[in-house]
Amino acid sequence: MNTEKNIKTLIVKKPLKLDCGKTINNFPVAFETYGSLNENKDNAILVFHALTGDQFVTGLNPITKKDGWWSFAVGPDKAIDINKYFVICSNVIGGCMGSYGPSHKDPETQKTFGTDFPVITINDMVNAQYNLLEHFGIKKLFAITGGSMGGMQVLQFITNFPDKAKTVIPIATTSSHSAQNIAFNELGRQAITADSNWKDGNYETNNINPGKGLAVARMAAHITYLSKKGLQEKFGRKLQEREDLKFGFDADFQIESYLRYQGSVFVDRFDANSYLYITRAMDYFDLVKQFNGNLSDAFKNTKAKFFIISFTSDWLYPTQENKDIVIALNSIGADVGFVEIVSDKGHDSFLLDVPDFLNALKNFLDKSYTELKNEK
Amino acid sequence: MKNEFKVISDLIEDNKKVLDVGCADGTLMQFLKENKNINVRGLEISKEKVQECIAKGLTVIEGNAEKDLKQFPDKSFDYVVLSQTLQAFLSPELVLDELLRVGKKAIVTIPNFGNWKVRLHLLFKGTMPITKSLPEQWHSTPNLHMCTIKDFVNFIKSKEIKMIKTLALNNNNVSNITNNNLGTKNLFADLGIFLIEK
Repeated sequence: MNTEKNIKTLIVKKPLKLDCGKTINNFPVAFETYGSLNENKDNAILVFHALTGDQFVTGLNPITKKDGWWSFAVGPDKAIDINKYFVICSNVIGGCMGSYGPSHKDPETQKTFGTDFPVITINDMVNAQYNLLEHFGIKKLFAITGGSMGGMQVLQFITNFPDKAKTVIPIATTSSHSAQNIAFNELGRQAITADSNWKDGNYETNNINPGKGLAVARMAAHITYLSKKGLQEKFGRKLQEREDLKFGFDADFQIESYLRYQGSVFVDRFDANSYLYITRAMDYFDLVKQFNGNLSDAFKNTKAKFFIISFTSDWLYPTQENKDIVIALNSIGADVGFVEIVSDKGHDSFLLDVPDFLNALKNFLDKSYTELKNEK
Repeated sequence: MKNEFKVISDLIEDNKKVLDVGCADGTLMQFLKENKNINVRGLEISKEKVQECIAKGLTVIEGNAEKDLKQFPDKSFDYVVLSQTLQAFLSPELVLDELLRVGKKAIVTIPNFGNWKVRLHLLFKGTMPITKSLPEQWHSTPNLHMCTIKDFVNFIKSKEIKMIKTLALNNNNVSNITNNNLGTKNLFADLGIFLIEK
């Protein structure tokens, strides 16, 4: 394990066969932990991050110097209480926060991988992260959770390792990436690859960055994370530091300025090739197809307790797609709870201060943990 | 806990698997879980009530019985409980069929519209009855299909559903309903409690 540049890394020695057919070994999985693992090692929660997240779940992210992506939910006395639980989160492979990804050097050629990095899947991501359980000597996680792509990893993890988690909390997610979501991801990828600085993915060798393309990708995606009502209430037609329209193409409207800002700060912290790889992994995710059209079969070997959460204004991963998971679980008599939270903050609701959501999450975890303790 | 729930819980043996349809704040579920070691699930339409159940550590699915019962496989519960809600569905008959498909047995309770207080209210006041078990005005009541105990017994018979136990609840007194006393019970009971199977 090395702790260079504030990044903790586990080097996985065991070969991992990827879905694309290639095998990787001696690869790094970057992770962070919060709270402490108790003596019985029964208080661990594995959190999976979404498309643009990383292992720095809460507190100050030492790389970006901003709050961790799930600071509202994870922390002392918060929904995921780190006074009580040991939280582990790792950067997905294909990512750009220390885990094996396209910005790493190919050990054979010593050149940056770029698009020579193998295409990875959600399945590959969770198989890589599974090594952390062995690293910490955890036989069974108390909980696994995550929203959006994090939720996909939750579903895949419990499918692959049915007896490795006591409770399973997929949030604002899907069991099969929809055509609409693939379309939005493709839009983002096209923006990146259309940037002349992308250079077929070899921009790092040329010391340039397809920043404009990546920013456009982020802007388009960002719109999909919000709701129409939320946008209208926050921005409406308000103008950006001006009295009237300027009859030009500067950012007249606050929403334009906001999106441009979101795009520009994203470029500073995210790698364009990683964006291509991770969106591809999401598009390839189809747990229904993995089980020949019967999603229930994915969960038939697990005794875990599921709790699924969706949000009313989330049109990217709408309630119905979350309910499909509930239905699949009910049809095999699994222990599953479900709630749809009222929020006008869109898909991003799971990252924000939405009290009904945070209370539900906290209550579910704390009650389940008390039950676990009483069983013993 | 209200007397109705005590009666329901007495009808269920320990260690069974139960679905509480319209479980509200989970009072009955919690009692069954804690006192009878019952593996209990709830289905509830109100988000607030679902949150209350989660806070009690109960497994609840937010959903609508008229649409969401179909996801449960045949006979996947030993008992399905429906407390004072049948009259509020658009199609009580379809819900009843679903209860008996999903559950090996069902326990259904109905507020008795045949109770003498209800009858007198309509007879003398000439307005829609408001009583303890029917507290809402006609325009705000969720009840779409009110029935009497006699109506329900006739309905069950016509559908060839087996009545294992029929109980009348009146001022906290529980008594059996038989063919002989049906008329009297229909006049005095506040609530009918039916253990049925198909």
